[in-house]
Amino acid sequence: MLRKGLFKKPSNELEAGGEHGEPAPEAPDRLVVRCSSCKKMIFDEDFRSNQMVCPNCGKHMRLSGRRRILTVADPGSFQETNSDLCSTDFLSFPEYTEKLDAAQRHSGEAEGVVTGLMVVNGCPCMVFAMDHRFMMGSMGSVIGEKITRCFEEAQQNKLPVVGFTVSGGARMQEGLTSLMQMAKTSGAVKRFSDAGGLYICVLTDPTSGGVTASFAMEADILISEPGALIAFAGPRVIEQTIHKKLPAGFQRAEFLQEKGFLDLVVPRKKLRGTLYRLLSLHRREDGGYGRI
Amino acid sequence: MDAFEKVLAARDTNRPTGLSFLNAIVSDFVEFHGDRRFGDDPAVVGGVGRLGDLPITVICTEKGSDTKDRVSRNFGSAHPEGYRKALRLMKQAEKFRRPVLTLVDTAGAFCGLEAEERGQGLAIAENLMELMTLRTPVIAVVTGEGGSGGALALAVANQVWMLENAAYSVITPEGCASILWKDAQRRDEAAAFLGLTAEKLLELGLIDEVISEEDGDFDLVKEHLKFQLTTAFKILSALSDEELTRQRYEKFRTMGVNRIC
Repeated sequence: MLRKGLFKKPSNELEAGGEHGEPAPEAPDRLVVRCSSCKKMIFDEDFRSNQMVCPNCGKHMRLSGRRRILTVADPGSFQETNSDLCSTDFLSFPEYTEKLDAAQRHSGEAEGVVTGLMVVNGCPCMVFAMDHRFMMGSMGSVIGEKITRCFEEAQQNKLPVVGFTVSGGARMQEGLTSLMQMAKTSGAVKRFSDAGGLYICVLTDPTSGGVTASFAMEADILISEPGALIAFAGPRVIEQTIHKKLPAGFQRAEFLQEKGFLDLVVPRKKLRGTLYRLLSLHRREDGGYGRI
Repeated sequence: MDAFEKVLAARDTNRPTGLSFLNAIVSDFVEFHGDRRFGDDPAVVGGVGRLGDLPITVICTEKGSDTKDRVSRNFGSAHPEGYRKALRLMKQAEKFRRPVLTLVDTAGAFCGLEAEERGQGLAIAENLMELMTLRTPVIAVVTGEGGSGGALALAVANQVWMLENAAYSVITPEGCASILWKDAQRRDEAAAFLGLTAEKLLELGLIDEVISEEDGDFDLVKEHLKFQLTTAFKILSALSDEELTRQRYEKFRTMGVNRIC
């Protein structure tokens, strides 16, 4: 049976939730899916066994935060931290409570980032992974707080941080408090970095706005996946500002690498191996990392 | 004035711009140019001068005084090189332990092709990190528009002040209304919900001081601002580097914490 809305294209890439990529946990099993890039019908099973990368064209579909962690962590090694933090509608912003409820139901997560401790091929590290299914990974107080704590806990436990970002930007329903999360997380990254901690960030499709302009870009090593959109201002905003069509490939991972803003573009299949190599290259004989 | 009326007041082209405040507050000003990386962004003006007897580094965004000037300054919306110039001058101030004053009035960081190509996101991110640990006193004053990340990149400070009718927001009310309700006309509603006025932000604990606009007598506002800044820098300058950076970090560290359950 074909899933309802299968052929419906999201009107805006940054607003697209689970329409393409991983289905919501309560979504019915689907037999075939259409690749949003090459438009070919693919057996869902083939998609899943290939880590949600199209076996035909190599398009990397979005993954939930939790799935991201599971694709790189040693089995059973992930221990979640601060899982109980939830957002509040402190500005009494229209429909915010309803949107939070819907996002929780849709994603099965309490908020838009999962944090914790994981082990990658024997190398322990702290991890945070944002979730596009939760209001497109928009950063509010909880995301800011969980990411800040992730760096603080990494510093206390003398561990590196591996991050996965996906975000449409700041969460406007929290007003200026959401903007301040950029300063707060940047402060935490800076303290961790000054202490000698290693931070590797994987920027996934799409990473934009306030997240790009704070902790996403602040890592020692910047990695992305093929074709990922990485921007400060999204393509639509730029086109509206300059009244011109943007060239193909603009703000994609390969473009950023060419311009000197990314270290590596790594296909999903090779990410675990790359992370392991980088972590182990920073690991001392006594098990510590870098200077911490 | 309601929230959206304040947004309009903050955007009013008759409102004194960054340089007008700078020239009134700082004497012996010497402007420094360029980011030493790419170019010189006229949307950001920076240099050294005196606040009373005290040598300071001062950085402002400048929207321009007439149409030609406005165009050349890109209406006060900076490119990455503007933020990088600001960072260079902040690091220079740190070296000489000169206090830093920033005057913020920008619709936001520029959203253009070249700005993206040259790393707008990274430029802002680097300023946020470096400002957080800058070992010298920093005061930021939002004099007009505080446009999102482009404003914050100059406003991670020991003290953040706002003029009475300034508007500091994560997104423009038009942008917010058009995303939420697909209707930019509902911008006044959006402005009210965003809580972007000085009064509301003081109540939320996101800024430290509201500066009265003295019923539009900006000469008086500038005079008061100069006096208050002199006093505040005197107090901050007595703190050690560690106390300054800790106070700044802890201030931002708590933001949003009591909004979580």
